[in-house]
Amino acid sequence: MSTKLLQAKNISKTFKSYDPNQSLILDNVNLDLNDGEIVAILGKSGSGKSTFLRILAGLTSPTSGEVLYRSTIVTEPVKGIGMVFQHFALMPWLTVLQNVELGLEALGVPREERRTRAINAIDTIGMDGFESAFPKELSGGMRQRVGFARALVVNPDILIMDEPFSALDVLTAENLKTDLLDLWKNNKTKTSGMLLVTHNIEEAAMLANRILIFSSNPGKVAASVNVKLPYPRNNQSKDFLELVDLIYTLITTTQKSKDPSIIKTQKYGIGYRLPDVSTDEIMGLIETLYSDFANKETVDLPELADHLAMDLDDLLPITEALEILSFAEVSFGDIKLSDIGKKFFSADLLDRKGLFAKQLVANLPLASEIRRVLDEKRNHQASEERFLSKLEHYLSEKESERVLRTVIDWGRYAEIFAYDYNTGTLSLENPD
Amino acid sequence: MFDKSYDTHSRFKEHIRPNPWDLIALIIIIAILVTFSWAALQMAQPYNIGQQIPISLLPTKLPGYALRTVLRMILALALSLLFTFTIGTLAAKSKRAENIIIPSIDVLQAIPVLSFLSITVVGFISLFPGSLLGPECASIFAIFTAQAWNMTFGFYQSLKTIPNDLIEVARMYHLSAWQKFWRIEVPHATPSLLWNMMMSMSASWFFVVASEAISVANQDIRLPGVGSYIKLAIDQQNFQAVCFAIICMLIVIILYDQLFFRPFLYWSEKFQEKKDGDEKGTKSWFIFIIQKTRLLIYSSYLFSIITTKLLNISILNKPLFPKTNFKFPIKSSWLWMLFTSSMVFGSLYILTMFIITSLPIDEVGKVCKLGLYTATRVFVLIIISSIIWVPVGVWIGKRPKLAYKLQPFIQFLASFPANLLFPLVVLGIVKYKLNVEIWTTPLMILGSQWYILFNVIAGTLEIPKELHYATDNLGLKGLSWWTKFMLPGIFPFYITGAITAAGGAWNASIVAELVSWGSTTLEASGLGAYIAKFTVVGDFQRIALGTSVMCAYVLLLNKICWQPLYKIAKDRMQPL
Repeated sequence: MSTKLLQAKNISKTFKSYDPNQSLILDNVNLDLNDGEIVAILGKSGSGKSTFLRILAGLTSPTSGEVLYRSTIVTEPVKGIGMVFQHFALMPWLTVLQNVELGLEALGVPREERRTRAINAIDTIGMDGFESAFPKELSGGMRQRVGFARALVVNPDILIMDEPFSALDVLTAENLKTDLLDLWKNNKTKTSGMLLVTHNIEEAAMLANRILIFSSNPGKVAASVNVKLPYPRNNQSKDFLELVDLIYTLITTTQKSKDPSIIKTQKYGIGYRLPDVSTDEIMGLIETLYSDFANKETVDLPELADHLAMDLDDLLPITEALEILSFAEVSFGDIKLSDIGKKFFSADLLDRKGLFAKQLVANLPLASEIRRVLDEKRNHQASEERFLSKLEHYLSEKESERVLRTVIDWGRYAEIFAYDYNTGTLSLENPD
Repeated sequence: MFDKSYDTHSRFKEHIRPNPWDLIALIIIIAILVTFSWAALQMAQPYNIGQQIPISLLPTKLPGYALRTVLRMILALALSLLFTFTIGTLAAKSKRAENIIIPSIDVLQAIPVLSFLSITVVGFISLFPGSLLGPECASIFAIFTAQAWNMTFGFYQSLKTIPNDLIEVARMYHLSAWQKFWRIEVPHATPSLLWNMMMSMSASWFFVVASEAISVANQDIRLPGVGSYIKLAIDQQNFQAVCFAIICMLIVIILYDQLFFRPFLYWSEKFQEKKDGDEKGTKSWFIFIIQKTRLLIYSSYLFSIITTKLLNISILNKPLFPKTNFKFPIKSSWLWMLFTSSMVFGSLYILTMFIITSLPIDEVGKVCKLGLYTATRVFVLIIISSIIWVPVGVWIGKRPKLAYKLQPFIQFLASFPANLLFPLVVLGIVKYKLNVEIWTTPLMILGSQWYILFNVIAGTLEIPKELHYATDNLGLKGLSWWTKFMLPGIFPFYITGAITAAGGAWNASIVAELVSWGSTTLEASGLGAYIAKFTVVGDFQRIALGTSVMCAYVLLLNKICWQPLYKIAKDRMQPL
C-alpha cells in the first residue's frame, strides 16, 4: 500500500569530480522514503549526511546515482519538497509574515490568498501575534518556528529538515519537537513524509519510524533500525532506553571498517579525517573516566553522555581521539581506558606531554611524517603548504586545513614541533 | 504591543480620515516634487556653444542654483545605482565578467574626474545641438564618474557574501532571478550600499566646481549651480559670496541627509543585528512625521501592492536562458582568454601609439617624475593626517555617545569642496611668501583625511568592552597601551581608511595642485597640475599620458603597498 515518495539510488559523491577513486564523501547510498514515514539520518559531523540531504533536495547533484521524487528524476529543487534549515535561514529584512509568504510569492499565489494562507500557517505553528516582527526580535526557537511555517505554508509533499533542532537549547528543542509531532499525528499538514538529518540519538529515537545510521570516511548507510514504538514516546521508558542503547552500540561498532586487514596496515592513514578535538578535551575525558567512573572498568557511552550532558556529536569525536592515541578502547557502545590512558592520568604535566608525543608519533602517520620531514631538512623548517597539498590528495581544501590545524595543535601541545602562524612555517625550534 | 499592522488593508479602510500630520507630510512631498520638476525643466533650455549663461552672485539666487546642483547629483546617483545593479550583479554572477569588470573598476577609480569630462564633453554637446541638455549631460556624467565605482564595488562584495543558506532558500522555494534580486540580494547589500551612496554624494560635492564650471577642451561653459557660483566668486575674489556658498552647501547637505539618507538608514537598522545594546539607533524626524500620518498607511499599502506587482511580473520571472545541459567546452575558455588579452594589448597599443606619435619621448619621463612628486605628497599627507587623526579618533571612539553625535558633522566635513578654502590658501601663500610646492599640498587631503578619522572611530567602537577593561585591569599605560592594544586593535579599520584617503588624495590632486584666486594662479609641480593644465586647453595626448601615468601609479601602489597591508590586517589582526 505504501508508495515510495522519495528514492535515492546508489548515490555517490566525490569532492573532486575528475578522480572518482579519491576522497569519496558518499559511497553508494540508498534510501526509500515511503508514504507516512518519518526517516532520520543519524551520523556524526563530517559523515556526509548534510551533503546527502542536499542531493535529495536537488540543491547539489551526485557524482553518480539518481534521486527520484514520485518516480521523476530530481536534478534541481522540485515543487513538493520543503526544507527546514539548521540556522533557520530567515531573511533578516523581511518580517515574519513576509518570510512565510516568500515561497507563495514565488509560486505566483495571488496576494489575498497568500496572506490568508501565511497567517494560517503562522497560527498553526503557534506564532500568532508576531506577524509584523523582524527575525532579530525573535528567540532561536521562535525563528525556527517561522522556518517551519515557511516550509509548511507551501503544502509540501515531503518535508526535509537539516538538523532543525541543533541550534536550539534543550528545552526549546523539546517543545518544538512535540509540536511538530502533534501537527504530524493530527494531519494538520499536507505532508506525506518527513526526512530529518540529526546527530542527536534521542532526537532520532523520539521522532523517526526508521533510523539510518551513517558511518564516516566515506559516508554510507551502516545500519538501519525500524522503530515500532507508538507516539508519543516516553524517553524514560524501558523500550526507549533499550532503543537508544542499541543505536549507540550500532554506531560505535560500525565506525570501524569491518575488514581487519585494513585496520592493521593503515588504520589512520595520512588522509584520515581527524576529529576536531582540542587537547584539553582529550585530557578532560581521560580525567572524567578515571575519576568519576573509578569503580568501573568499562563505561556505557549513553551513561557517559548523560553524565557530561553532551550530545553524540560532541562526545564521539573525543572518544575517537582517545582511540586514535590508544588512550582508550571503544566497542559495542562502551569505552574503556587503556593502561597508557591510566598512566597518562597519573603523570605530571611534563611526563604527560612526553607520553602524548610518543602516542602521537606512533599512531598518527601525518604527525610522524611532519616530524620526519623537519628532522631531515637542514634548517629544520617546512612550510605548512607542503603538508596541505599532500592532504588535498585525499580531502577537500577546507577539510585539509581543518585536519592540519588539529595535528598542529596536538603537535604543539606535545612539543614535537613548533609553528609560526604569521609565516605558516613548521619548525623544530622553540618559538621566542 | 504586537498590533496586527500587517493587515494594512483593513486598517486603511478603517482610518481613511486624514489627520494634521497628513497635511505636513503632503506639503513636504508636494514641495519636493514641484521644485524638482521646475529644475528639470530648466535643463532643456536652448543653448548654443560659446553662449555665456549669466551667473549671479546674489545670495537670493543660491536656492535655485542649489536645487539644480542637487538635481544633477540625484540624477547621477540614479544612474550610478542603475550601473551598480547591472554591472555589479554581472560581476558577482559571472566569473568571466568578474575577470574584466573588477580590474576595470580599479582602473576607472584611479582616473580623475576631469579626464572623463574632457573626453566626453564634446560628444555630449554634439548629441543635443542647440540645447543645454548636452552640457548638462556632460556634467551629470562627470558626477556619475565620481560616484559609481565605489558603489559598484561595494555591491559586488555584498553579493559575494550572501550567506549560502539564504541562496539555498531561494532555490528551494523557486524564486526567480528577478525575485531573488529584490527580495534577497538588494536588501542584503542595502547597509553597505547606503554607506557608499553617502560617500559618493560627498565625492560629488568635492568636484562640484569641476563638474559645473566646465572649462575643458577649450570649452567654457558655466551651468547654473552652486559650483559655477563658487567659481565666479573665486574669479571675482568675492569672499562674502564664498561664505554664502558654504552656508548654502551646509543647508543642502543637512536637508538631503535628513530627507533621504536618514529614513533609509532607519529602515535598514530595523533588521540589522546590533553588536552593542547601548548604542542608540538612527533617528529620523521625517520618518516620525510620516509614521504619524494616515498617509503612510495608504502609501505603504499602495507601495506594497506596486512592489509585489513589479516583483511578480510574469515576463521578468521567466528564466533568462532556457535550461539546457550545454556546457562550455574547455577550449572555449582558451578562446575567451585569447579574446580578452588581445583586447587589452590592442587598446594598450592604440593608447601608446596615440601618445608616442605626437609627443617627444622625454615627455613620458617628465610626467613620471611629476607623478613621483604627487606620490610623495600623498605619502607625506597620509602620515601627517594619521599622526593627527588616529589619537583624535581613538579619543572620540572611547566615548560612544560623542561619536554618535559627531557622525553627521564629520560626514559634512568629508564633502566640503577644497575649492572653498582656496582663497585662504592663496592669500596666505602670497602674503607670507610661502613655498607653493609645500603649502598647496594640504588641499589634497582636505576631503579624504576624514576617512581615516571615521574608520579609526569605528575601529575603536568595535573593540570589545572587555578588552578595555582587561587592559585597565593590567594597568597597561603609555606606549605599550598603544602598541600592544590600541594600534593593533584598530589596524584593519585604519588600513581601510588610509586606502580610501590615499585614493581620494590622488583624485584631489587635480584640483589642489593648480589653484587660483582672482587673477593669481599658483601651480605646484605634480601630476595633478599637469592634467588640470592640459584639460583646459584640450591637449588630448597629454591628458591621456597624464591619466595613464596616474592610473599606473595608483594601481602599482595598491599592489605593492596597500593590498599586502590589507591582507595582513584581514588575516591576522581581526578581533576574535
